Amino acid sequence: MINYFPEEVLWHVFSFLTSHPDRNAASLVCKSWYNVERFSRGKVFIGNCYAISPERMISRFPRVRSLTLKGKPHFADFNLIPQDWGGNVYPWIVAMAKGSTNLEELRLKRMVVSDESLELLAKSFPNFKSLVLVSCEGFTTDGLAAIASNCRFLRELDLQENEVEDRRGQWLSCFPDSCTSLSSLNFACLKGEVNVAALERLVARCRNLKSLRLNHAVPPDALQKILAQAPQLVDLGADSFVHDPESETYNKLKNVMQKCSSIRSLSGFLDVNARCLPSIYPICINLTSLNLSYAPGIYSKELVKLIHKCKKLQRLWILDTIGDKGLGVVASTCKELQELRVFPSDLHVVGNVAVTEEGLVAISAGCPNLNSLLYFCQQMTNAALITVAKNCPNFIRFRLCTLNPTIPDAVTMQPLDEGFGAIVQSCKGLKRLSVSGLLTDQVFLYIGMYAEQLEMLSIAFAGDSDKGMLYVLNGCKKLKKLEIRDSPFGNMALLADTGKYETMRSLWMSSCGVTFGGCKTLAEKMPRLNVEIINEGDEMEGRPDDRQKVEKMYLYRTLVGPRKDAPDFVWTL
Amino acid sequence: MSPPLLGVEGGGRGNAPLMSSSVSVDCISQSGSGLKERNYLGLSDCSSVGSSAVSNVSGENKNNLNLNATELRLGLPGSRSPERDSDFNLLTSGKLDEKQLFPLLPSMDGICSLSQKSIVSGNKRGFSDTVDGFSEIKNSVFTDGKWMFNATGSDSGTPQSVVEAKLAGNAGINVMLSNNSSGTQPSMKKEVPTRAPQEGHNKLNGSNNNSSAPAAKAQVVGWPPIRSFRKNTLATTSKNNDEVDGKPGPGALFVKVSMDGAPYLRKVDLRTYSTYQELSSALEKMFMCFTIRQCGSQEAPGREMLGENKFKDLLHGSDYVLTFEDKDGDWMLVGDVPWEMFIESCKRLKIMKGSDAIGLAPRAMEKSKNQS
Repeated sequence: MINYFPEEVLWHVFSFLTSHPDRNAASLVCKSWYNVERFSRGKVFIGNCYAISPERMISRFPRVRSLTLKGKPHFADFNLIPQDWGGNVYPWIVAMAKGSTNLEELRLKRMVVSDESLELLAKSFPNFKSLVLVSCEGFTTDGLAAIASNCRFLRELDLQENEVEDRRGQWLSCFPDSCTSLSSLNFACLKGEVNVAALERLVARCRNLKSLRLNHAVPPDALQKILAQAPQLVDLGADSFVHDPESETYNKLKNVMQKCSSIRSLSGFLDVNARCLPSIYPICINLTSLNLSYAPGIYSKELVKLIHKCKKLQRLWILDTIGDKGLGVVASTCKELQELRVFPSDLHVVGNVAVTEEGLVAISAGCPNLNSLLYFCQQMTNAALITVAKNCPNFIRFRLCTLNPTIPDAVTMQPLDEGFGAIVQSCKGLKRLSVSGLLTDQVFLYIGMYAEQLEMLSIAFAGDSDKGMLYVLNGCKKLKKLEIRDSPFGNMALLADTGKYETMRSLWMSSCGVTFGGCKTLAEKMPRLNVEIINEGDEMEGRPDDRQKVEKMYLYRTLVGPRKDAPDFVWTL
Repeated sequence: MSPPLLGVEGGGRGNAPLMSSSVSVDCISQSGSGLKERNYLGLSDCSSVGSSAVSNVSGENKNNLNLNATELRLGLPGSRSPERDSDFNLLTSGKLDEKQLFPLLPSMDGICSLSQKSIVSGNKRGFSDTVDGFSEIKNSVFTDGKWMFNATGSDSGTPQSVVEAKLAGNAGINVMLSNNSSGTQPSMKKEVPTRAPQEGHNKLNGSNNNSSAPAAKAQVVGWPPIRSFRKNTLATTSKNNDEVDGKPGPGALFVKVSMDGAPYLRKVDLRTYSTYQELSSALEKMFMCFTIRQCGSQEAPGREMLGENKFKDLLHGSDYVLTFEDKDGDWMLVGDVPWEMFIESCKRLKIMKGSDAIGLAPRAMEKSKNQS
């Protein structure tokens, strides 16, 4: 009966399938579904750009309009991966340009993007609308100028935490007068000057502008003028804020802010005088998202005053200068909080006891809807984690980072196994977990037993033996990404279940116990995995001894064999 | 430093030498002098740890096991030798091998210097992290259920034994550390009550000691895991803030001080002063060689307005006046506004000739009137 279903109907049904897992599942049902699905898929998500080639992607999904690509492994964020490792987007853009793809949206994370890529992108896809770059590098403001000049229907230019070389061009001025379609513009990560006058004009003519994040070079005076032109903004980021509460600029800003009643999300404040914060009090009551993690100039007292007004907050990113007491205020004020990130403020001040387990417990008690956490803290206890687990069973993401990576329970001196065990046991929907502190194999036993939905696990300086890693590999059926550093897992754990890695996206192991021999064995056994060894330092002639430990290993499943753009220091076994 | 080594070397004979060799107070003897340690370590918390009690014998063993554990950690950060793992198993299985006592001794030098490094770097965590393996050993002891009372030491029963247990374990390390740098010892000890919770379990060869000190933190690449973009942005900002913006906050607040006719400028940290008087004296001393008049000698103690009056006197009395450039770029006379407000807005200082500054005064007064 199902064979008789006309394709048009299937097509219509599939148009309601938006999530990738759903679409992937549907495509496995039968050939006909596979074909309908592949022709109807507009948004393609590729979690590892080396898992598939651009050509194959295009031939399977010819109607792709939106492409999301991720390049380097997560630990690249923390300087564990040398420059020129790879993750270049250029081949993808070339392939899509050749294939006459009607690309409208490109979202890249941890990839290398050259100006050449941006220029090709800008000129090849007439309907291009949205460019989102997160933690990328390799381009300059010249590339941005190309995008601005050529993408006539550009709606979104969102640059998050990229390393961009400033060429002192006038990229903002390159938006033609005819460009009125911008709805999102985020250039907060740019370090250089921008043409403020051009910016003001751009904002004035883009009536649909909903999200605007400015960099430090836009002075408060201009900010005030821009806001006056865009009271419809929903998301605002301003790095350069007013300094003098007595100034004319401050007064103007205060007045203008009162009219910005649509603002729901606020960020920036890199450079601010806390005494000028009252100017934003009028919009605080409506805020659902507040990111002050780049605002070291706002101290606990003012932070607390500010947060006290933000009763509808759902997402809060702050520095640990807020302190446990400040977190208590968050707990009592922000009852709808879902996501909290507490970043360390000063890594070099010793004895700066910023936040501890107390703050976290307070939050968990006050904010039962909490489902996503990133918490850098001085210390932690099992009791606190157990309490948090009880209070907040809805965690999807739980990432705890103790500043001292192997610190035990602050009170009992025990490992933090029990605490994390409680978390995984209680939070049945947990998808992402990062553990830290003193941890033995026991915590991995718990994770293997209880973390049934876990997709990503980050381990550092933890575990006692291969058993730990085995618990995880055997237990976490939905594991997609496993990243391990400085832990005593060796060949035995690596080779115990080699088939597992084909069910996962990738495995990273650095400073562990795996040897060249072990990695080679794995590579030989599993041809559909790329087992890459990163060898920095001395050039090695010929292969090193099999018994030698591997400093960094990154393996991932792939349909296209060893990558051709691997640099000298990357060996694919 | 040899004394502790000698003391430990003699450890084979008995526990006392190990403990008493320490110059420091944390010399734990079999007698109740260990009670002193309890305060330092803030071990009231540890009563919750339970009824474990470990004799000084096992403490000494722990001590040596600690050392054994640290001995292998002379590798690079992150490197782990297989032997380390097997030692681990030893520890976790709680087998206290007394034979390790002697072979370990020669290595103490290395260990001491390692820990010394972390101490010298001034990081309190260095201490706590070099008490490596203690918690690990404790665990092993607990799991083994080897409750051995130190008869001579335990009068008050369990808590004290626990205390002693912890002390014993720590003491060994203390011995090591304190003898390395007695100067830091007090700070170490002071640290312990709050830092004891932070006894880091050190499983990593070499990286343990390294990972604790802030200088050594840099050696543990990528920890804590924060994006470099974020690290760089915040680092640049704090530098700028401290130097230029003069925002209130921790850290130094250096501003340039120039003087007409002087061949070079100076820099002062405004945070080291709390009144105009102090600033003026300091600047005087700095620029005395450039023949600034002795205008700060009039003393009017106890008056809050002292600084302000004195600077106004300068206008009348001397060749030089002190001015500052504020955030808006205007040159103002120093002394009109309260000190706190001044350091908030001061970007640089200039010692001007009195004649140049005369035009400054009326404007400065006006501005301060507006501000107040």
